Amino acid sequence: MTSVRIKINGTDHQHDVEDRTLLIHYIRENARLTGAHIGCDTSNCGACTVLLNGSAIKSCTVLAVQVQGEEVTTIEGLSGDFNGLSPVQEGFRQQHGLQCGYCTPGMVMASTALLRENTTPSEDEIRHALEGNICRCTGYEMIVNSVRWAAENGGGK
Amino acid sequence: MIPAQFTHIPVTTVKEASDALNHYGDDSKLLAGGHSLIPLMKLRLATPAVLIDIARISNLRGIREEKDKLIVGALTTHEQIENSPLIKKYAPIIAAAAKLVGDPQVRHRGTIGGSVAHGDAASDLSVALFAANASFVATGPNGVRTIGAVDFFLGFWTTALNQDDVLTEIHIPFAPTSNWSYQKFTIRSQDWAVVSVAVSESNIILGAMGEIPLRAAKSEEAIASGADFEQAANFADEGTSPSSDLRASADYRRHLAKVMVLDALKEAKHRS
Amino acid sequence: MSLVGAKVLRKEDPSLLTGRGKFVDDFSPPNATFAQFVMSDQAHAKIISIDVSETLKMPGVLGVWTAADFISFPNLPGGMPDFERPVLAHDRVRWAGEPVAIVVAENRYQAADAVPTVIVEYESLDAVTTVEQATSPDAPMLFETRKSNVLTKVPMLDDLEKHFTKSHDRASLRIVNQRCAVVPIETVGCLADWTPEGLTIWATTQAPHHLRNKLASWLDTPQNLCRVIAPDVGGGFGAKIVWYPEFFVAPLLSKWLRRPVKFMQTRSEAMVQMSHGRDQVHEIEVGFEKNGKINALRMVISQNLGAYGDPTGLGLATLTGWMAAGCYKIPHVSTGFRTVVTNTTPVAAYRGAGRPEATFSIERIIDLVALKTNLDPVKVRQINFIQPKDFPYETHNEAVVYDSGDFPQALDECLRLLDYDAAKAQQAKNLADKNAPLIGIGFSCWLEIAGFGPNGSLEGFGHLASWESAQIRIAPDGSATIFIGSSPHGQGHETFVAQIASDELGIPFERISVIHGDTATVIQGIGTMGSRGVPTVGSAVKVASERLMVRAKKIAAHLLEAAEQDIEVKDNAFNVRGTPGKKVSWSDVGLTSFQPLRLPPELQAGTLEERLFHESPNFSYPSGAYACVVEVNRKTGKVKIQKMVVVDDCGTVINPLMAEGQVHGGVAQGIAQALYEQVRYDPSTGQPITANLIDYLIPSAPDLPNYIAGRITTLCPNNPLGAKGIGESGAVGSPPAVVNAVVNALSSFGVEHIDMPVTPEKVWNAMNGRK
Repeated sequence: MTSVRIKINGTDHQHDVEDRTLLIHYIRENARLTGAHIGCDTSNCGACTVLLNGSAIKSCTVLAVQVQGEEVTTIEGLSGDFNGLSPVQEGFRQQHGLQCGYCTPGMVMASTALLRENTTPSEDEIRHALEGNICRCTGYEMIVNSVRWAAENGGGK
Repeated sequence: MIPAQFTHIPVTTVKEASDALNHYGDDSKLLAGGHSLIPLMKLRLATPAVLIDIARISNLRGIREEKDKLIVGALTTHEQIENSPLIKKYAPIIAAAAKLVGDPQVRHRGTIGGSVAHGDAASDLSVALFAANASFVATGPNGVRTIGAVDFFLGFWTTALNQDDVLTEIHIPFAPTSNWSYQKFTIRSQDWAVVSVAVSESNIILGAMGEIPLRAAKSEEAIASGADFEQAANFADEGTSPSSDLRASADYRRHLAKVMVLDALKEAKHRS
Repeated sequence: MSLVGAKVLRKEDPSLLTGRGKFVDDFSPPNATFAQFVMSDQAHAKIISIDVSETLKMPGVLGVWTAADFISFPNLPGGMPDFERPVLAHDRVRWAGEPVAIVVAENRYQAADAVPTVIVEYESLDAVTTVEQATSPDAPMLFETRKSNVLTKVPMLDDLEKHFTKSHDRASLRIVNQRCAVVPIETVGCLADWTPEGLTIWATTQAPHHLRNKLASWLDTPQNLCRVIAPDVGGGFGAKIVWYPEFFVAPLLSKWLRRPVKFMQTRSEAMVQMSHGRDQVHEIEVGFEKNGKINALRMVISQNLGAYGDPTGLGLATLTGWMAAGCYKIPHVSTGFRTVVTNTTPVAAYRGAGRPEATFSIERIIDLVALKTNLDPVKVRQINFIQPKDFPYETHNEAVVYDSGDFPQALDECLRLLDYDAAKAQQAKNLADKNAPLIGIGFSCWLEIAGFGPNGSLEGFGHLASWESAQIRIAPDGSATIFIGSSPHGQGHETFVAQIASDELGIPFERISVIHGDTATVIQGIGTMGSRGVPTVGSAVKVASERLMVRAKKIAAHLLEAAEQDIEVKDNAFNVRGTPGKKVSWSDVGLTSFQPLRLPPELQAGTLEERLFHESPNFSYPSGAYACVVEVNRKTGKVKIQKMVVVDDCGTVINPLMAEGQVHGGVAQGIAQALYEQVRYDPSTGQPITANLIDYLIPSAPDLPNYIAGRITTLCPNNPLGAKGIGESGAVGSPPAVVNAVVNALSSFGVEHIDMPVTPEKVWNAMNGRK
């Protein structure tokens, strides 16, 4: 057991957890933020994607102890001017980038990370930026449209 | 999904890491980005009792130039390599390979050292580094040694690193010209290479064509003795032992190797 | 402005986009425990012993249960006599992944440690994974009381040979429609909490009432004490209709432990325990004339059921047989089928459920006819089409009467969007250029049977009935809550129901809430499957709204002292036609509806509530014309989709954005089946070898194209909306378009067929004349 301190969405969390605790479980079960989801056990699906110090990572493939003292942003930490939604969140709403919503937090975080690094991504760049995120509902085109809408309306804020 | 229990030991110096490896022996493994190790542990295919976390060893990060080579810290991430102006200038094949590893999330955590030390014949960086004549610096209880790529990859998930070695740096000689190409064949974008080819100067290295990255020696010889690209590429699979698996049969891999060596040779020439 | 037909943004989204969705695994009640199955690692074996002595000592373990603990309970519902599936394997395991025991621990980490300590001793038996193996003379029997692994068999009654002999020529194919894993991104799980007040179970289900009814019966508990809640569900595609054993044992474990019990599959567990789809083999043959006109079609379907006959799985081959002739006027059609158990994961519905299989075969054989007659595949389709004037069209099966469609128009629109001439020109140009990829153009003209369905249709799959319910309640402030019996998991029912109701009731979209998924609050429902949402629940809402409006207008007329026939509703208020300024708001009417002193004498308090169980007189028949242009790398065989044109006819469209989203998603799954996916087993041991997302290839964004979507509209005559449904269309229509395109690209090599998934290596083999 180790006392692990992580700042999530600007709030300090501290929990005594087993060393093997995955970051996704720390987020969901210790910090009780259930927006990030689990969709696989081989690091393929990306439903667990959060930002670590601003970079998109798969929180199922990181131990909580590895990010002792660092900063994580989850979907609950995004907000903006579109009735409280960030440009990326609003883009997904405008362009029907979600159906069941299960892959969505991971998609939104990965898209947000993209737009923070690249404000005018091409379609190819968007698709490759999301290659680590699997969606079974949308067929991806509307997700690409969502990211494009966000790029034109405020980006990765 | 859930790894077996272990003890996590963060260290801040290479000596601490090496001492810990020595102390805990075969039951311990180094943890860098964790993107080779943690997936195995989640499936309980690896169950080390101790993880020695070297991610906070500050002098293992970063890229610098030194006379005629680049010194890359083992903890440098794929994403840092992909975007490094130094790498793009002096060893562009490495940046090209790094850009193709997994997906963006993997590239933010996975490290060049971790990828190479894992010893997978399909590792994009391993194949490209071999083609670039890189060498690997290991620090062990008996001191520091430098291992050339040719001697580094020994077998399936086995490198020349001893159990108590810490891979600290990768040295990449400046590429003399822009005569390079990295080709990766996948069925699905986020996958490991079915077959990969790295051409750099006269080196032609194949990935996923055996237990380790392999030199397409016959193709290299053919080029050296004046054969044209088509003829040389035809020898690409000589001396290889590709496996048949879910992705591809050995026969198809052999065919791909030839196709891709030809494509790589042409692209390298075109680039230079 | 009418909301029906408008691109209204979804009600569901703001919560889902902010991480406020509530999926089963998001619930963590106090004192909850975690349960995990011990799975068989043998494909076919006798269970000799189960040793849990070490397990009971593991930290946090609260107990281990085996089949012996459930001996007084029945098998899982819906199975066929002698072939039923036990809740936990008794004396024999029949597939690698079948649950054998249950470990309950304080949390999932402790459960994960405990499960491997359960020692099961097996005596291996020979395993069979294909219909061919399972029906061979020395095949092991999966069920000892039976002498065959064939569960059901409906032979082809007439082989139509005389029509074949009379035809100019014949074409036949053996087609494998490969087993697919459904892979919704959320796996299967449940949380059961059985308190003295009764049972509540949150479950990843597409049919909560259906589950509640079966569960109550199985538990021998009255239905009023059994509450099933489908919260947010992360995709289903048919796999979440299944009655999984965890849904049944979790309540008992909760009762016995007196604590909440949660199951949640890991992906590796889901890959072998969640139902699979497809896995049919067809022997199909057509007799045809020189001009491509097909006289006769015969088809025998072999359905691999997996280890146990799932109630839906058992019915898939029937649906396939019904739709065997697709949208073609074939005078003589004969089909037969057999369903067979094998040592593999049970098979059930997967987006399209029997219709993608039918469509794939008829569309492949049509292309073979084109090849043999040297006619354009477009022409062969056109000459065989059922024409608009032929509706209603009686098919070879009396249960199936196609009601409306315009196949020629759909194909014309598809060709227009495709620019067929330009595609053919590009194809010729590339053929002549060794350095250019080969171009292939493939079509799929399809129709499918949806809107499940008329009375009796779903009963055949074990459901209570085939209607769907809606209940509208007006609140004292005139806002509305609508309870629907469907159980969406991404299809946006809250949105389209509110659109329909808003148009009928004149209540703003924002003042209408839609509730679903909870058996305690929603009167009986059937569920969401079979592309029935808009046709059934949409119709229920429309008609219920109309009926409720009669009384609402009565109240308004009474308040306004006007004639009922002069009352109109607009913008949240009731006006008198011809007398501007005279109006009363919905709030006034809502309030009045509870006030006997203000109501007209013939109405009572609470009158503005309407419930309806909408019965469909028939299935609906969505149709469409799809085209795919592929580039095939001449050296590697890798296929890239250059263009994917999808023209759909779903009748009335309630929300074009959502309708198109459904098509995109279905097409993505269809392309994935065509090019990437396949569940595979080791043929000698029966071990699953694609049981994770590294080896089972679900494509991500760079692997799929954009979709050029078009529409034609013929109304469905069988529901007040004129809607056919669209949920499964994309998955039904797209695989043959893709495969036809690849075969077309390889025509210069003499290739007549390639089985899915069309991998680069398969293409390479085809180009080199190997198998």
